[in-house]
Amino acid sequence: MDFVQNFPFMSIILSLFSGPLSSILSGKWAKRVNTAVIVIIGIMSACVLGYVTGTGEEFIYCMGHFPAPWGNEIRVGELEAFMAVFFCAIMLLSMLGGIKERLTQIEESKQNLYYIMVNLLLCSLLALIYTNDLFTAYVFVEINTISACGLIMIRQNGRTFEAAIRYMIMSLLGSGLLLLGICFLYSVTGHLLMSNIRQQVQLLAASGEYHIPLLVALGLMSVGLAIKSALYPFHSWLPDAYGYSTVSSAAILSSLVSKGYIFLLIKIFYRVIGFEMVCDSKVIHVLYVFGIMGMIMGSVNAIQENNIRRMIAFSSVAQIGYIYMGLGLGTEAGVVASVYHVLSHAATKSLLFVAASGLTDASGGKVRFEDLRGAGYRHRLAGIAFTVGSLSMVGLPMFSGFISKLLFSQEAVGHNHKMLPTLIALAVSTVLNAVYFMKTVIMIYMPASKDTEASRQGRNIAMAEQPGKSVALICFIILNLMLGLSSEPIIHLIQNGLEMFY
Amino acid sequence: MNLTNLMNNYVEAVAMILFGIGFTNLLLQKNLIKKIVGLNIMDTATYLFLALKGYIDGRKAPVVVDGVQSVETYINPIPSGLVLTGIVVSVSVTALMLSLTIRLYRRYHTLDLDEISTLLRKEGK
Repeated sequence: MDFVQNFPFMSIILSLFSGPLSSILSGKWAKRVNTAVIVIIGIMSACVLGYVTGTGEEFIYCMGHFPAPWGNEIRVGELEAFMAVFFCAIMLLSMLGGIKERLTQIEESKQNLYYIMVNLLLCSLLALIYTNDLFTAYVFVEINTISACGLIMIRQNGRTFEAAIRYMIMSLLGSGLLLLGICFLYSVTGHLLMSNIRQQVQLLAASGEYHIPLLVALGLMSVGLAIKSALYPFHSWLPDAYGYSTVSSAAILSSLVSKGYIFLLIKIFYRVIGFEMVCDSKVIHVLYVFGIMGMIMGSVNAIQENNIRRMIAFSSVAQIGYIYMGLGLGTEAGVVASVYHVLSHAATKSLLFVAASGLTDASGGKVRFEDLRGAGYRHRLAGIAFTVGSLSMVGLPMFSGFISKLLFSQEAVGHNHKMLPTLIALAVSTVLNAVYFMKTVIMIYMPASKDTEASRQGRNIAMAEQPGKSVALICFIILNLMLGLSSEPIIHLIQNGLEMFY
Repeated sequence: MNLTNLMNNYVEAVAMILFGIGFTNLLLQKNLIKKIVGLNIMDTATYLFLALKGYIDGRKAPVVVDGVQSVETYINPIPSGLVLTGIVVSVSVTALMLSLTIRLYRRYHTLDLDEISTLLRKEGK
């Protein structure tokens, strides 16, 4: 066994232990430990990615060296390793972009608690990505929920408490359903490791036994994870949670937490139930319909919103809808498009949150649109970054959002029944996206009239004044352009990774 | 309709009904404490279901006594282990929910989530 194969396990353990360690450190040191941990894990994951692409096949790491049906396993393929690298990068940039906000919005004595939450969140995300065991996945789903709740309520005001409790309620409903689905699957197949369950499910599918319990288990797990990742009708907690928490939390929650659940769901589809069987079931049609509804309704809600951060939050609902719509198409290429959209949305949404916080800084902390007039001139980099993010969300060529929309529509064209609704929904949603994002971009580049309250409170912010945010914004823009301009290798990697899932 | 299967597995049916009760309580109750009670009913119902799946009639708990090592003597220990893990998880989320409820109650002097939302909207922040 090569030494590199230990890295996935080490990165999970490293982030897990750095959490409790942060509790005895001061806020400043906790921040340093956190940054170091994210960077180290990112580098280790990159090594793993290089290793897996080199050998061209996945490897399985037995925890405690107990063999398959008894022990717990970590399974690493190309897609898992790539996701780990990508999540680390986004997390690092999101943390970098919100340094100043964290210092002002979080009480002095609670600074280090924030980093405990972030470390545990990273640990649970990595575990969700790598694990090959369904019950381990459930436990880490709960850890993920608890730490995400901590990230929401660390900025203490009434809104965040309410958002946190709503988030907890919805998440617990989701994880209850997920747990019940896992219990059903266990009682039918007698295994908890994904690969073993898959063998049993294939046998059962061949013999036609237990068809309904399997379908129920699949439905429970899909709905549970869909609720947790804020698919349209279950999104009520989302705008408050993203809109009022501190900016790093909002960026991490929108771009990583919900994506971890979606990645787990894709893993369940491929590695537990088997994708053909998922496609034959009716479950994907349900996901498809709710995805389409989310694409439209999320955008409609975003248009009505007058608060820039809540608007971005509602836009997340629409983008999650895209991802589920892609899964609901029920084809390999649809899933590739969904995974690509996971990446593109993660890169763009965190960019938008960080840029929006830069714009509100330049407008005296105001978040309403009328107060943001001319903010693009007062904070030039944030203005440019917001424009890039908006164009990417609308789906202009060169930016990452374009590629995912292209992939979605390419896939939909070949589809029998779902072609027309998909294309119509894509078109309508793009127009709606354009309405609210372009409205905001025009607003921030409108010259501010001299005598409004906003222009009196607003001030010019140079790039050097907020070094963390500037670096994060520039990196986000580059990441976005990279995803948009050189998508071919990434799509290829996703395809390879999905093939390794079998 | 064949009811014998239902009669043979009536405890599983009870577990599912309890799960439904807990789920609807957690989703629909306005009072936060009742929501948390619902959460606990829901989790406990899942554990009941899991424990049932591991139980085999006429066998003992999987603790080796008197040197009997035959597999036929003991029940399946894995679901019991899962139940224990699940209990730990549900204790921690219950604690978190209760602490959040205390925070909200101290601030708004009510346990009604809808009322808290209206109060927040009046605050206008």
